[in-house]
Amino acid sequence: MYDLERIYRAKGVADAIAALERDPRAVVICGGSDVLIRIREGKLAGRPLVSIHGLPELSEIRLEPDGTLVIGPAVPFAQVTGHPLIQRLVPALGEAVDQAGGPQLRNVGTIGGNVCNGATSADSAPTLLTLNAVVELTGPQGVRRAPLAEFYLGPGRVDLHPAELCTAIRIARADYEGFFGHYIKYAQRNAMDIATLGCAVHVKLNPEKTAVEALRLAFGVAAPTPIRCHGAEAQAADHRLDGVLLDLVGNAAAAEVNPRTSWRASREFRLQLVRELSRRALAEAVRRAGGVLDA
Amino acid sequence: MGIGTSINRVDAYEKVTGSARYTDDLRPKNCLVAKVVRSTIANGLVKSFDLSQALQVPGVVKIVTCFDVPDIQFPTPGHPWSVEEAHQDVADRKLLNRRVRIYGDDIAAVVAEDEVAAARAARLIQVEYEEYPAITTVEQAMAPGATPIHAEKPDNVLAHTSFRQGALPFDQAAAQPGLKLVEGVYQTQTVQHCHIEAPVSWAYQEKGRIVVVTSTQIPHIVRRVVGQALGIPWGRVRVIKPYIGGGFGNKQEVLYEPLNAFLTLQVGGRPVKLELTREETFTCTRVRHAIRFALRTAVTPEGELVARKCVAHSNQGGYASHGHSIVANAVNGYRHLYRERDALELDAYTVYTNLSSGGAMRGYGIPQIDFAMEAHMDDIAQALGLDPVELRLKNCMRLGYVDPGTGITCHSTGLEACIRQGQQAIGWEEKRRAYAHQTGPVRRGVGMAIFSYKTGVYPISLETASARLVLNQDGSCQLQLGATEIGQGADTVFTQMAAQTIGVPEELVQIVSFQDTDTAPFDTGAYASRQTYVSGMAVKKTAEVFRSRLLEYAAWLLRRPQAELDIQKGQVTDLEGVPLLPLEELAMNAFYSLERSVHITAEETYHCKQNTFAFGACFAEVEVDIPVGKVQVLNILNVHDSGVLINPKLAEAQVHGGMSMGLGYALSEQLLFDQNARPLNGNFLDYKLPTALDTPELQAQFVQTWDPTGPYGNKALGEPPAIPPAPAIRNAVLHATGVAVNSLPLNPQKLVEQFMAAGLISEGGTEHV
Amino acid sequence: MLEIIRMQVNGKPVELAVDPRESLLDTLRDRLGLTSVKRGCEVGECGACTVLVDGHAVDSCIYLTLWADGRRVLTTEGLLGPNGELSPIQQAFIEEAAVQCGFCTPGLIMTAVELVGTGRRYTRQELRKLISGHLCRCTGYQNILNAMERIVEEAYQAAQRGEPWGPL
Repeated sequence: MYDLERIYRAKGVADAIAALERDPRAVVICGGSDVLIRIREGKLAGRPLVSIHGLPELSEIRLEPDGTLVIGPAVPFAQVTGHPLIQRLVPALGEAVDQAGGPQLRNVGTIGGNVCNGATSADSAPTLLTLNAVVELTGPQGVRRAPLAEFYLGPGRVDLHPAELCTAIRIARADYEGFFGHYIKYAQRNAMDIATLGCAVHVKLNPEKTAVEALRLAFGVAAPTPIRCHGAEAQAADHRLDGVLLDLVGNAAAAEVNPRTSWRASREFRLQLVRELSRRALAEAVRRAGGVLDA
Repeated sequence: MGIGTSINRVDAYEKVTGSARYTDDLRPKNCLVAKVVRSTIANGLVKSFDLSQALQVPGVVKIVTCFDVPDIQFPTPGHPWSVEEAHQDVADRKLLNRRVRIYGDDIAAVVAEDEVAAARAARLIQVEYEEYPAITTVEQAMAPGATPIHAEKPDNVLAHTSFRQGALPFDQAAAQPGLKLVEGVYQTQTVQHCHIEAPVSWAYQEKGRIVVVTSTQIPHIVRRVVGQALGIPWGRVRVIKPYIGGGFGNKQEVLYEPLNAFLTLQVGGRPVKLELTREETFTCTRVRHAIRFALRTAVTPEGELVARKCVAHSNQGGYASHGHSIVANAVNGYRHLYRERDALELDAYTVYTNLSSGGAMRGYGIPQIDFAMEAHMDDIAQALGLDPVELRLKNCMRLGYVDPGTGITCHSTGLEACIRQGQQAIGWEEKRRAYAHQTGPVRRGVGMAIFSYKTGVYPISLETASARLVLNQDGSCQLQLGATEIGQGADTVFTQMAAQTIGVPEELVQIVSFQDTDTAPFDTGAYASRQTYVSGMAVKKTAEVFRSRLLEYAAWLLRRPQAELDIQKGQVTDLEGVPLLPLEELAMNAFYSLERSVHITAEETYHCKQNTFAFGACFAEVEVDIPVGKVQVLNILNVHDSGVLINPKLAEAQVHGGMSMGLGYALSEQLLFDQNARPLNGNFLDYKLPTALDTPELQAQFVQTWDPTGPYGNKALGEPPAIPPAPAIRNAVLHATGVAVNSLPLNPQKLVEQFMAAGLISEGGTEHV
Repeated sequence: MLEIIRMQVNGKPVELAVDPRESLLDTLRDRLGLTSVKRGCEVGECGACTVLVDGHAVDSCIYLTLWADGRRVLTTEGLLGPNGELSPIQQAFIEEAAVQCGFCTPGLIMTAVELVGTGRRYTRQELRKLISGHLCRCTGYQNILNAMERIVEEAYQAAQRGEPWGPL
């Protein structure tokens, strides 16, 4: 039994926002796999909850007429992975969230929750960053949009205003079309684990598939928040597909990130992983894009 | 039917349907809930409590603190009691402790109507401490001026034992000309049992007695320790053990049953449940001791071991629990497995620190020494340029060996056959050659390790077991033991043993799965891989008596001499097997005959004064991804000599589980503490128990010997499978990379650091030597 | 303060007053006596409390009972035939010696029910991933995978032949 003051089951987004306005102490709960654990730890014990669990208006994945992909934040990971639009347009995102926790968790844990809890280790975050994802936030003052990169404020902190909800994750057509991606989750175990380092790549090759047209590279757990490596990306632009490219990107990324030493892993070890995983993720993304790396 | 057949588990139906009742499944509806209040320092003294806020929490029934408990210190390990005071376990804790010795020590307890109220109240209790510096390492604990963790041991050394054998002292033997001296320091880590059912019990009073229902491997020992801890006659305690969700040694310990029994007394005998969380289970129950071994070996160029020295330091943590028995068993294991020409010196220290208390865990010190000893054997082989297999074969224990320390004798051995079988199966020679000179970032290797393991605790401790058989009207019978089923399949193999000896199919033997100390025959419980050997002998002895009583009655009924009768397949037969009388008819007569009614039963005790060695080998093939420090086990095989297998399929399953535990020990598991002795990763997310995706195909093979001292030729199997995988994997990584990793686990960060130090990963990570 | 919810549990409609603070694990065990649902970690890491909600395996320890309002819940108790017959899944677990202490068993069996329900064929490696949300300390997963492989194949073959196949 959870130590919560009361729980309000919201009937819709507007109802949820109204409930949050009535009760500033209230905590939003969606899939529960994060909030319930923090209640049990005592960190959120005794608080009132507003549940948006399974709200239909937050639970769909759809394509807007201009090709923008819209992912409802309450969609569980397993449904993200299994959705035809995800598989067709951003398969690397489906693969990334398929590495969070284990199968049961992926049936309840949601992509919106993964983003909104602000963890640098979120398995969805690096890939969403490489897709230039934008979060849609709805609150008493209406709807606003923020690039995901700006939404992260610090460890465990995101730019959610009082009584605001994340109501969509949006990816513009130009940010996925022609890009091929890959995510490597490096953890101590192959399941039920938190990333020691997460590395996401999306790459677009030139029409001849001989050089990089655009690279997007992002990491989880390489800094206090998920982080893009624009410097490494710039160095890769227009670079031909060869071993030098991999070295370049790996070393540039290692110079850009700022991992910390914790009991989980040292800064030095994480830097080694940044170098090595950048190479591997990029090589795989290039392969998927139909490119061939010269020896 | 009978010994050697793979019948299905006798408790399988209950377990796959979810109808098997575990402790919490039996809890009465009106049960109160207890929560232990835990210290937030690791070393110090409780000065005072402020309970005022906690007592205001609705639903709180009672709060007791370390100032309210009896002034009685008691021991907790699941050892048979010794009537000789010198051999009794260390009694170094109270029900609740004012002197705090670990982070999360038991300093008070809340009893409430539900767990939310209990947890709220526990959070609101204010504690004032006098705090001392936390001691996390053996070095800190033994340093001059270190705070004594227990007043009885001012130098923090719980025990130190030495053993010497051979014609010469080590230094003199090792100084002989022509010898090579190989040295190494090997360190094992703290790990936890991770039974999926947390420790849980509930207790109430009935007719002035305390009843404790608990998830334990050792119900009769729990009864004794509850009596000791509360200072009440042992007969006033009744312990009931239902199905249990794993133990692996952690429940060979009296954990919270005494406190639970005390708490029901505080609330007028109402039922009170005390269930630990997973986090409490990790840090506040028991762990496998981290032990450091300094090994030195002098060896001839041909590989004959001449002189061996082992100095071991075991990190005990805050309370003695099984204490020095573990490291003593470890160094005994060192003595047993190999012989030396001239000198052996063993020194073992057990040292109190403020980490979680070390206790019994599958293998009881042998997984630790086997890592050190078998890593060291590969280091010796490498130093001499010898094949690791041949080095072991040259020096390992032979049939007829008698341990000078204990008199334990090698009555049967399939060790050499296990080694040869494993060597063949893994393709040892080709792979040792093929992987000898690799370059590149991903490399493969093969490694191996062997072990020996005693069967039971004789002659260190008492070995005794008893069993009861009771005839039913239909010719079936109940088999009842004090020995416990903890998942290993004990109930199934006992059923097979009884059926075999009586001469009936297994369906006619119904084992009583729950132990109730009021009715279960005395047995000390599940540990030391003893039950098929010791309790099995009690089953055999009881079944023989039972059978002879059946035959005696049949002889009277049939008016034929008993010597001409047999029991086969549930029928009384003549010596040729011709059926004469169904057991059902015999039983109906025995119950209801107007001429001679007798309820046929048998109950016997077997006092075991024997021991024997089980053996085995592990062979592992790995692929090492050097730049990211990952080891993938491509192939792993355990080959065991556990004597005759009672149930081959269950034996194989037992080996799988042990191998998995050994793999976790090798590669990922480690309970971490910060410098204040606070646990860092005591939960299933951060403690890296292998999942199915981390576990390779597990191959189990056997070499069946017949041991003359076992009831059916059988010897230890329960613990051994967990022993050899860690050193085998370490040795395979050595073969693959040339890097000798001398501490566990071989986790990625450690490997990357060592590969960098060895020059296998260069700066920038782009070139691979 | 209790709230009334309606669920279908093991095929039967249930109307129940529950404390909103209850997890589905609490409700199933303590109010409905469905003790096959085991408590192992309370934070969704061990899988011992796995049940199916609308056919999906979830850790009932981190699932609020209120969320099950209007949904179908299946536990191991719901797998037995009308006369206590075992489902083929349970039979496979017995015959493959996939059971030891038994504490993780009901949860794993529920994941197996979810998998055979898809009618798909899975490789052994896929099965490893699909059961990776269950921790087992006794078996090393070896015989559990053997049982899983067998039943998934049996279910697939039955589906190919158009035959009904357990468990329900």
